[in-house]
Amino acid sequence: MRPDPIQRIDTAFFWDACERGELVAQKCEACDLLWHPPRPICPTCHSMEKAMQKLSGKGRLLSWVKQARPAAFGFPESPVAILVELEEGIRLVSNLEGVDVDDIKVGMALQVDFAKTSNDKAVPIFRAAGAS
Amino acid sequence: MVDSSQQAAIVGIGQTEFSKNSGRSEQQLAAEAILLACQDAGINPHDIDGMTTFSLDNSDEVDVMRSLGCKDINYTTRLPQGGAASVATVVHAKNAVESGMCDTFVIWRAMNERSQYRFGQPAMSISPDAHSSTFLEWCFPFGAQTPAAWEALSCGPYLDKFGVTSEDLGRIAVLMRKHAATNPASWFYEKPITLDDHQQSRWIVEPWLRLLDCCQESDGGVALVITRMDRAKDLKQKPAKILGAEYSMLFNHEIISDFYEGDLITHDIANRVTDKLAASCDVAPKDTDVAMIYDNFTPQILRQLEGFKYCGVGEAKDYIKDGHMELDGKSPLSPNGGLMGEGYIHGMNNITEGVRQLRGTAANQVKDAETVFLASGVAGAILGK
Repeated sequence: MRPDPIQRIDTAFFWDACERGELVAQKCEACDLLWHPPRPICPTCHSMEKAMQKLSGKGRLLSWVKQARPAAFGFPESPVAILVELEEGIRLVSNLEGVDVDDIKVGMALQVDFAKTSNDKAVPIFRAAGAS
Repeated sequence: MVDSSQQAAIVGIGQTEFSKNSGRSEQQLAAEAILLACQDAGINPHDIDGMTTFSLDNSDEVDVMRSLGCKDINYTTRLPQGGAASVATVVHAKNAVESGMCDTFVIWRAMNERSQYRFGQPAMSISPDAHSSTFLEWCFPFGAQTPAAWEALSCGPYLDKFGVTSEDLGRIAVLMRKHAATNPASWFYEKPITLDDHQQSRWIVEPWLRLLDCCQESDGGVALVITRMDRAKDLKQKPAKILGAEYSMLFNHEIISDFYEGDLITHDIANRVTDKLAASCDVAPKDTDVAMIYDNFTPQILRQLEGFKYCGVGEAKDYIKDGHMELDGKSPLSPNGGLMGEGYIHGMNNITEGVRQLRGTAANQVKDAETVFLASGVAGAILGK
């Protein structure tokens, strides 16, 4: 298992969507700017009217690490943590699963999936695109 | 530029021993370091009228005043961004004394960062709205939970693009311990390492950071006293003038977990600081005699060397390899051994070393050092005789 996400008032929508199997980001209702991480106000036009946009879940790998010492807290074994750039142009930290460390390539195409956490919450993870 | 009599200068430096177990409180380390800095300068701590530290420092201003008998403080503030605050403190000190708001300004940082808690370990619990928890929220559930993990994830695209190898990083690790080996204040005193030692050291974060790529976890305190040149002339030490000190925080950039903005290749913030230094004091970091550059992890040296324009983008690994940062090179890097070799007082021990280099009192003295560059990612300062 893995630790539950830290949830805050401003970010609960993101983690709730994960429990439904959806990857989402905030979008400004007024000017259509899409962003991550979430924030209370649009940094461009300062509107407080925010929508939630469902994302394609397709992206590419920018970098990866595996925390060797200390081992990752809350995991049976340290996972591969990655930085992903999504098709929509935003970035997030996640995990890569189902790919051997020797086969990880910067730039590889990824597809989102979801993993359960210890108290039945969920977080987005990624797999190699095209893998079943 | 201010009139030369009104220019800020570092006139006192103080530091405790650097250890893995100080055996005393952080408040005591803070008070000792400040007292040493005041004694070094030849001023009475009662006269301190301005102070700053890091937002992460655990000693309260009231407690510092109580120990040292400071009577009346005109200005105090705390700086965000962890160790990136180290050189930023100098920016605030300079502005506070040059504006006339303060006459005797003190900077301190004191911590038992090995014996009491460890920055290298994951924080097991965090209040959802605590300072910086907004950054951790996006890393913690994915097992990226330590500064080393964030640093490696952020620097990965750069290291990958330019084919930087573990040996390239190892050359920086070796250089820092080489300098530390002849500095009695260092943890690595008389303990130089080889590139093979680096290659054999255990992984901290695959595929980039081995144990010897990391700074230390240390206990200790460091303090500085800053005043104006018109007052400095009556004090005990030869002043280290703050010729320029600049800071930049750019939109959407975090510090060590800097994932969301820019191309992750060029160091936009350091570029901006370098341009500001050129405008304010007309000195380029690469033209100074000593480089004190924040070395939390080896890749950070490469990215800052390029960001502060010592060399072009992608060239830093060769700049190191070509020997430019050896003690007898063009830009000697951290002759004290830096945060990897000497100790990790969150960057502040690199500033006291910069001052010693200008006084001519350093353990590894760079010949004829006239100027020193201090850098901590988001801030840079030029010190001069």
